[in-house]
Amino acid sequence: MAKQIEVTDVDAYYGSHKAIEGINMTIDARAVTAFIGPSGCGKSTFLRTLNRMHEVIPGARVEGKIRMEEQDLYGSDVDPVSVRRTIGMVFQRPNPFPTMSIYDNVAAGLRLNHRYSKSQLDTIVEDSLKGANLWNEVKDRLNKPGSGLSGGQQQRLCIARAIAVQPQVLLMDEPCSALDPISTLAIEDLISKLKQEFTIVIVTHNMQQAARVSDKTAFFNLAAQGQPGKLIEMDETTKIFTSPTQKATEDYITGRFG
Amino acid sequence: MSAVTPEIQRISGMRRFKDKGVQALVYLAFAIAVVPLVSVLWLVISNGLARFDMEFLTHSMRNIGARDAGGGAYHAIIGTLEQVALASLISVPIGLLTAVYLVEYGTNGRLKRSISFFVDIMTGVPSVVAGLFILAFWILILGMPFSGWAGAMALSILMLPTVVRSAEEMLMLVPNDLREASYALGVSKWRTIVKVVLPTAFTGIVTGVMLAIARVAGETAPLLLTVFFTDSINEDPFNGPQMGLPLYVFDQAARPNDTAIDRAWAGALTLIVIIMLLNLAARLITYWRSPARKR
Repeated sequence: MAKQIEVTDVDAYYGSHKAIEGINMTIDARAVTAFIGPSGCGKSTFLRTLNRMHEVIPGARVEGKIRMEEQDLYGSDVDPVSVRRTIGMVFQRPNPFPTMSIYDNVAAGLRLNHRYSKSQLDTIVEDSLKGANLWNEVKDRLNKPGSGLSGGQQQRLCIARAIAVQPQVLLMDEPCSALDPISTLAIEDLISKLKQEFTIVIVTHNMQQAARVSDKTAFFNLAAQGQPGKLIEMDETTKIFTSPTQKATEDYITGRFG
Repeated sequence: MSAVTPEIQRISGMRRFKDKGVQALVYLAFAIAVVPLVSVLWLVISNGLARFDMEFLTHSMRNIGARDAGGGAYHAIIGTLEQVALASLISVPIGLLTAVYLVEYGTNGRLKRSISFFVDIMTGVPSVVAGLFILAFWILILGMPFSGWAGAMALSILMLPTVVRSAEEMLMLVPNDLREASYALGVSKWRTIVKVVLPTAFTGIVTGVMLAIARVAGETAPLLLTVFFTDSINEDPFNGPQMGLPLYVFDQAARPNDTAIDRAWAGALTLIVIIMLLNLAARLITYWRSPARKR
């Protein structure tokens, strides 16, 4: 079910401000692709263009082509809601729905779209929570509110919620930046497990994390403050971290700037 | 350049003095604010208890002579409950939908700004003007009779801005993260609003609606012009003059004998009790809905 994504000449704007420019890349299916780069270089913005979440912000728009297996995601007759159903997203800060229980949080994406029988829902919720390595911790309190969990558990709950709708691709925007090292490890293990089923794109500020979990790494940078961010280099993670071709990439990963 | 080395100092006497002084001022202000509240409650309860009995709650003023003791406010209680319920029925859906438009759909357009502007103006409309408007439009121009419904329309004009403003505030408090989380699950915008945004803001919206109800339940002027008044029980708010508790208090308090004055106090007490019960009900609803209870 995982699919490959082809990006050609993508620019993204906030009003008249161009945030990213001329991005070309191929995101492999059943692999983890990491985006690294200094703050403000547009990696999160680019991530959000991939499932049409960018245009949710008033005044924001995208130019260029993004295709998922021959289907143009920005085609004029494409429903953005269905794009987001196919390409799920996990955010930087865990954001379970506060009015819903753990069970309802996981079932939210399903319930809000279609009708499912109770037993179908039960199975999907259990599978998703198991998929997010959270089942054993919450199986006795599925009816308690999701906001009562710890930060790391909440983030795994959000991952369970995202995979419950069975997307093709999972986008993760710095999913571990608000978490302690143990929860981070749990999520990284989870990412390695999930990549057998999903195409995963992860934005991270933690280069060890990129090196640990990703198969390919893309380095973004911007020429100066106020300039649009650009893709500098993308390659196998081992290659990026050992022998990058660009000077800027090397400077960034060796900590000489950024 | 001689750097001033920071040292750890004791709290100066002046600061301690200021601290205590401001603290005293705050307590004083609080006490002053509470005085009218407590004295009003005290007066109404002590004077109202004399006639706050079953007869008062179950009888109307029909066939009660000018000097007679007895009688009650049943007709006024029915009237107030029906008028306020109808007013809420009109203003809560309209107000809530307006707030949803302002927060979720109006992206700083001209329509949004003009709606906001007119809501602000409506907040300042004196209650008697709302009553006069319904009197002029509904009763004099359209030729409709005085009725509870006419009163409810006048009250809803007064409720609407309060409902819009409070619901708008509450919807704006819902973190954008939650909307994005819902969009990212492939949920459409209107389902996001219905299933995620409104439930999250539910408690606050209920509180706002209760404040609006409490505000209009005590209005006398608009009722005087639209509901007219009556001493008999009229359970049909769409037909003929009704009574309302504020009208009842107004009417009884203007009479020259003590039995009427007692009834006026009891009417005021009844009004306060009704508002209190409504608030209590709202608290219970929000408590049952709150996620904290399930923890």
